[in-house]
Amino acid sequence: MGAAATRAIYTIWLRDVKRFFRERSRILGMLLQPILFLVLVGNGIASSFQMAGAPAGFNYLEFMFPGIVGMTVLFSSVFSAMSVVWDREFGFLKEVVVAPVPRWTLAIGKALGGSTTAMIQGAIILIVAPLAGISLSLATVLKILVLLFVISLALASLGLVIAANLSSMEGFQIIMNFLIMPMFFLSGALFPLKNVATWMAVLTKIDPLTYGVDALRHVFYGQSALGSLLIQFPILTDLAVVILIGAVLLTAATVSFNRTA
Amino acid sequence: MAVIEVHDLQRRFGSVQAVRGVNFEVKEGEIFAFLGPNGAGKSTTISMLATLLHPTAGTAKVAGFDIVREPDRVRHSIGIVFQDPTLDDRLTAEENLQFHALLYNVDSRIVKERVPKLLEMVELLDRRKSLVRTFSGGMKRRLEIARGLLHHPKVLFLDEPTIGLDPQTRARIWEYVRGLRDQEGITVFMTTHYMDEAEVCDRIAVIDHGQIVALGTPSELKALVGGDVITLAANDQEKARQFIAAQYGEPIVTPSGLQFEVTGGETIIPELVARCPTPVRAISLRKPTLDDVFLKLTGREIRDEPPQNHRPRMARIHGGR
Ligand SMILES: Nc1ncnc2c1ncn2[C@@H]1O[C@H](COP(=O)(O)OP(=O)(O)OP(=O)(O)O)[C@@H](O)[C@H]1O
Ligand SMILES: [Mg+2]
Repeated sequence: MGAAATRAIYTIWLRDVKRFFRERSRILGMLLQPILFLVLVGNGIASSFQMAGAPAGFNYLEFMFPGIVGMTVLFSSVFSAMSVVWDREFGFLKEVVVAPVPRWTLAIGKALGGSTTAMIQGAIILIVAPLAGISLSLATVLKILVLLFVISLALASLGLVIAANLSSMEGFQIIMNFLIMPMFFLSGALFPLKNVATWMAVLTKIDPLTYGVDALRHVFYGQSALGSLLIQFPILTDLAVVILIGAVLLTAATVSFNRTA
Repeated sequence: MAVIEVHDLQRRFGSVQAVRGVNFEVKEGEIFAFLGPNGAGKSTTISMLATLLHPTAGTAKVAGFDIVREPDRVRHSIGIVFQDPTLDDRLTAEENLQFHALLYNVDSRIVKERVPKLLEMVELLDRRKSLVRTFSGGMKRRLEIARGLLHHPKVLFLDEPTIGLDPQTRARIWEYVRGLRDQEGITVFMTTHYMDEAEVCDRIAVIDHGQIVALGTPSELKALVGGDVITLAANDQEKARQFIAAQYGEPIVTPSGLQFEVTGGETIIPELVARCPTPVRAISLRKPTLDDVFLKLTGREIRDEPPQNHRPRMARIHGGR
């Protein structure tokens, strides 16, 4: 990769990061939403939720927390990748595509920007882990951050592939309702996937977020009893799937940006 | 040497033929303008030359590179100020310039030296740390121009660059652009609605309905009008029109009266007033301007053009006012 391409990627990444730290209200909203989920949905479900084979003293919030972190990076990375549609609508994209830099650098820069800001948001959520009765060591936190970055990169790439093929902002809501929300529900973030109907089990297996959330549970629970009960796949399977899907989507994103933008 | 070479360039959008085969060349160091009414195909032509839009037919070279086969090399040679805003309004004025400098690989020493100069020129130096979303329309436009001038390309495209700006700002910007041309030999391709701006260009192409209807230096174009321009307002416009048509050729109806061209206007006026079959309310004589050229070639005045009026010239004349 040439110096010009690296610089272009850095430029686009930097813009996203700068804008992220400037939009305090967005950070606040993105922070409050998961806390709201945790406090309202989590506590609500916890009061009536029984899990077969749960260890003594099992706390639903403890189950839900990694899912909430997954939810945060899902919405954040897809949203920031899809801001390309806004950039196109408001004209800014023209400034980038007419510049003497290869167009695929825009896709890479956006993917990295989206995953960096999503990772930061996921990290902020970790602050409220004690609320869910979870304590994390520094080593665990670092592992989680790396994992969040990898997951976010795949999800941001998905957002970019969609954005490249979306001609206006109208499509955004449809994608959110019919793709991103189902991805969230099917990922096992809110409820365990062990005993769902076959058709749903199939859907959960093609949801890339399932593997992301599963990997997060590996890191969160480690070797605990809860871990062996909730984890579905070996960590290497999770990582392999997320990385593979991410690579395919990122390639697809660079190809579509080279073509259209 | 030609820096821009355009051969039979065409672009169609569905059933709309926006550009219908234009041919022209722009020489190195030239300031070249497209003058034409709304929807004439000016921006479409610029988009094609800037590699953002594929032509449906024809070829063009910019800085020696083919716009379809070598778009990357073309982009390395150009700069552009778009007609529509392309700033990031969530960044500050300065950040927008820095972003541009990074994308165009402008040396940081040059950036440090040029940014204050450009911001000063567009009177935004004291607002450089403000978010662009807090700017007025004119301030945004000024910043956009400053950004377009930050890297010094071989060819600079300016699409209606100074629209909506006050005369002093426009004058300062033009002084800067001409300085660039003189010092660095930059070629400027622009579109404009301002006649005074077109007046100072080296050459002008008048474009209408996607076709070039005239091309030349401002004085060559004005010579097309032939002689002097007389505007006459009479009590009975139709009677006056018939009289003028018979004597001097069909006049053009403008808000200020019937307009037509004569040679040796000063000697004609007394006779004209005396022989006109209806009382003359006002009469004026002047040397032709680009407005007159435009009016003659397209049948419309560039200033009062209705946005989607593509009726032919005759219909307008008989339409009356
Ligand atoms: N993306 C597009 N899709 C469909 N039609 C288009 C598109 N862009 C331009 N056109 C059409 O092409 C024609 C020429 O448009 P263009 O923008 O080139 O005009 P212009 O000379 O720049 O006008 P103005 O002075 O208003 O800027 C118009 O009829 C316009 O409606
Ligand atoms: Mg235009």
